Amino acid sequence: MQFAVLGGFVLAAFAPLLHRWFGERTGWVLALLPGALLLWLLGQLPTVVAGETLVFEQAWVPGLEITLTFLLDGLSLLFALLISGIGVLVLIYASGYLKGHPDLVRFHVVILAFMMSMLGLVLADNLVSLFVFWELTSITSYLLIGFNHTDLEARKSALQGLFVTVGGGLALLAGLILLALAGDSWSLQELTGRGELLRGHDLYLPILLCLLAGAFTKSAQFPFHFWLPNAMAAPTPVSAYLHSATMVKAGVYLLARLSPALGGTPAWEAWLCLIGALTMLTGAFLALRHTNIKKLLAYSTVMALGTLTLLLGIGSEQAMVAFATFLLAHSLYKGALFMVAGILDHETGTKDIALMGGLRRVMPVTALCAAVAALSLGGVIPLFGFVAKELLFAAAWEGGWRDLLLPATLIAAILTLAAAAIVGIRPFFGERRELPRDPHEGPGTMLLGPVLLAGLSLLLGLWPGAAEGLVAATASSVGGAPVAASLYLWHGINGPLLLSLVSLALGLLLFRHWARWRAALRPLEPLIQRGPEALYFRLMDALVEVAEWQTRLLQNGYMRNYLVMMLLVLVGLTGVTLFARHELHLAVALDVQLHEALVVGLMVAGAVMACVLRARLAAVASVGVMGFCIALTFVLFSAPDLGITQLLVETLTVILLILVLFRLPRFARLSSPLERVRDLVVAAATGGLMTLLILQVVSIDPFSSISDYMVANSQPLGHGHNIVNVILVDFRALDTLGEMFVLALAAIGVFAMLRFHAGEYETRDRQARGEVVDD
Amino acid sequence: MEPLMALAIGILYATAIYMMLRRSIVKLVIGLMLLSNAANLLIFASAGMRRGAPPLVPEGATAPLGLVADPLPQALVLTAIVIAFGVLSFAVVLIRRAYEIVKADDLDQMKDTDT
Amino acid sequence: MIRSGTLILHVAARLLMPLQLLFSVFLLLRGHDEPGGGFIAGLVASGAFALYLFAFGPRATRQMLRVAPQDLIGLGLCLGVISALPAWWQGQPFLTAQWWTIPWIDFKFSTPLIFDIGVYLVVQGSVLIAVLALMEGDSEEVSHD
Repeated sequence: MQFAVLGGFVLAAFAPLLHRWFGERTGWVLALLPGALLLWLLGQLPTVVAGETLVFEQAWVPGLEITLTFLLDGLSLLFALLISGIGVLVLIYASGYLKGHPDLVRFHVVILAFMMSMLGLVLADNLVSLFVFWELTSITSYLLIGFNHTDLEARKSALQGLFVTVGGGLALLAGLILLALAGDSWSLQELTGRGELLRGHDLYLPILLCLLAGAFTKSAQFPFHFWLPNAMAAPTPVSAYLHSATMVKAGVYLLARLSPALGGTPAWEAWLCLIGALTMLTGAFLALRHTNIKKLLAYSTVMALGTLTLLLGIGSEQAMVAFATFLLAHSLYKGALFMVAGILDHETGTKDIALMGGLRRVMPVTALCAAVAALSLGGVIPLFGFVAKELLFAAAWEGGWRDLLLPATLIAAILTLAAAAIVGIRPFFGERRELPRDPHEGPGTMLLGPVLLAGLSLLLGLWPGAAEGLVAATASSVGGAPVAASLYLWHGINGPLLLSLVSLALGLLLFRHWARWRAALRPLEPLIQRGPEALYFRLMDALVEVAEWQTRLLQNGYMRNYLVMMLLVLVGLTGVTLFARHELHLAVALDVQLHEALVVGLMVAGAVMACVLRARLAAVASVGVMGFCIALTFVLFSAPDLGITQLLVETLTVILLILVLFRLPRFARLSSPLERVRDLVVAAATGGLMTLLILQVVSIDPFSSISDYMVANSQPLGHGHNIVNVILVDFRALDTLGEMFVLALAAIGVFAMLRFHAGEYETRDRQARGEVVDD
Repeated sequence: MEPLMALAIGILYATAIYMMLRRSIVKLVIGLMLLSNAANLLIFASAGMRRGAPPLVPEGATAPLGLVADPLPQALVLTAIVIAFGVLSFAVVLIRRAYEIVKADDLDQMKDTDT
Repeated sequence: MIRSGTLILHVAARLLMPLQLLFSVFLLLRGHDEPGGGFIAGLVASGAFALYLFAFGPRATRQMLRVAPQDLIGLGLCLGVISALPAWWQGQPFLTAQWWTIPWIDFKFSTPLIFDIGVYLVVQGSVLIAVLALMEGDSEEVSHD
């Protein structure tokens, strides 16, 4: 399982190569991976439905309790199925939508990386790996929203999405760490079993608020909902995938995952119900303001996300079943609708619904898919959306806060039905209008997705029993205890059905008067303009101002000022701690042999001479003397490896400096005596502090050293007799690996400067030869 | 031995910082060299210094006989020496490039980004 | 500034460089048991190349090297990362050392050795890049003046 997901990242890296081989068909080839995953996941379905949780263990950083263990229970399986299934369709759809696009390669790389991050996110058991995948989805979605990077609007929207989700991600990180501390485990599986402990913990409220901040920003809950509609700047396949079926549901997933651990308290219920209902209404209201089909669908997604949050807030068994059903239904119809929107955009050249009409004769298949998916969105019998909506009404009917939630749900349902009618009917019926492009039916690659998704919506509507097992398994993992689910299309005549009828009638009425409704909402425009998004922009401006102010204040361009400031802070803080917190233990036992004293004396003399001498060569030579004395010191005090290294480096340094020295200016005396005195004082203070620090460190022993372990185990475990080398390449190899990268980076920096060098000389050369240089 | 070493390291730090506070870029480089050496010695000396007991396991044995010098700071310093060299070479190439463009040895004249 | 081409230097470089390189490999291989290892061996090897560089100039050195120093760095980093993976395959944490004994030459082959070879290459590549960069900058300017 881990290999499949991580292999996906590798595959993403190789996508450019595949493009060279397969050209336009790469999308199909790449779709094989999520396709295989889908089949495998379907194979696991019976086991999971039977109530089992599959665990795939893999250590990552065992010392920090970080694992890459994957967990497959009902909730994960539902999400994983949606991610891989819709993923296949989106890859195929994109090969039609982005046909001939010069950046199709980039799209494939990023969308595959996103797909795998998302899978990792819903499968991860460890909080840290969950967070890593969470952030990966933020970053990849940033790249996808800004896919058309030459478009200013796309860049702005991408950055907005990134700021909001990553800002929330920080809160989430804090929340997860607190959660791990409170529950004393990094494993989600263990944490869900410790609900009692967590709910009673002192840190419960901070944990909850941090996690909610993360989940609400990701899932575009009010007041962070604004980034989602703006994210529609992405190409439509991305919108269909990220902003309806997968990424925005990550927040909801997190809440659902943690609901057995943290749910059920008054605070949980209040926050989730309130914000969920508010988001639901905001999304539903704002959807009808737009004639841009993608924006309209985006706001209806906001509404759906609010509904899901609301259901988690209610937290009854009924609500859990409704949650699972609604999630599934929404992913199916919203994916289909976005793909339809993409076809319309692709074929007609506009996204404005008000300009479309009568397209059913030229695009019959699209029209059919749109109608079916829209009926499901509106919750009309006999589609799966209807089953979900009935359950939603039932949950709101029976849950707490009924007086508030039931009307809210009803209003949202009415508005959603109107939105569904607009999307499903408006472009396809009525009279034909002038369009920027001459429309005809979309290509097969683009129709496959909507046909399958809409077909599933219809199939599951007619035969809801097929989804029962999955829904029950999901509801059980959200609820934390086994839940039975029975889904019926026809419940008999009861309250929810009556509410459905009311919403159907009022929604259709609203659709008839859509234009008038938009006109009526226009006076509210200033209010919407001043919404949370305005606050976001003001915050961004303030950030820039603060940055400018502190730059003027601190980064004034004089390096010695920075140095002096840093050193004084260092000396001040360390000095105060040293004198105030600790007693000074000064080991003054001098046990020095003559030759040692001579070596150290020569070393110090070399360093001092380097400062005093006026000639560059002499100064470099005295630094060299100091270096060789240090090498001797290492040898004298039992560090042969260090001695050799220092000697070699000293030799190479001399070579380096000889190469460069004569190209550099002579020493100049630039400072006044007063400045020199100031610098001497700073230098002496720092040097004195260092001396005291060493004396203190060698005379006290605050920690037991880990070196003993390394000394004892170097031969038995590391099979090496040179302990220093065993530490470098075995015990602490990760450190060394990091250091290798540092060295490589420095070298790459040198290399880059060298290249720049050569280029400039070339230019100068051409100028010398009298050629015109266009600069 | 440690008190003498502590004093020496203190002086090394002082010289390094004095040189880094000069306006001349060549002196800055020399200061950088002094500083990295001082820091290496600091780590080395903080663990205590021991004569004639290198951290090696004799042939045929599984652990060193008797006490040996602490190998961990040695490992840290070993990489630090090499990295200091890498950084030094970077700094040297950088200031040489900068000098070729700015033609000034004075850090204060380099403070504007647009020269 | 630096005149390449004196006879003694030429002869010394030709004789010493192979010896130094051989010595560096020796230091690399024995590093696990006695003083030596990738860092030291890498420095010795780059010292050898630096000597050659002084004797014959940057162009000849690049020709003799055949591979670009930045490729050495890349290869070294790859080896470092690759040596981390076998442990994973065994289900152990990343970077756990793996040992295989090759029986007929009684040589212990291990991931730490691969890692150390990576270090060796990265150190060599880094030093060479810097020294070559500085030398080439000089010779270019000389030819322009």
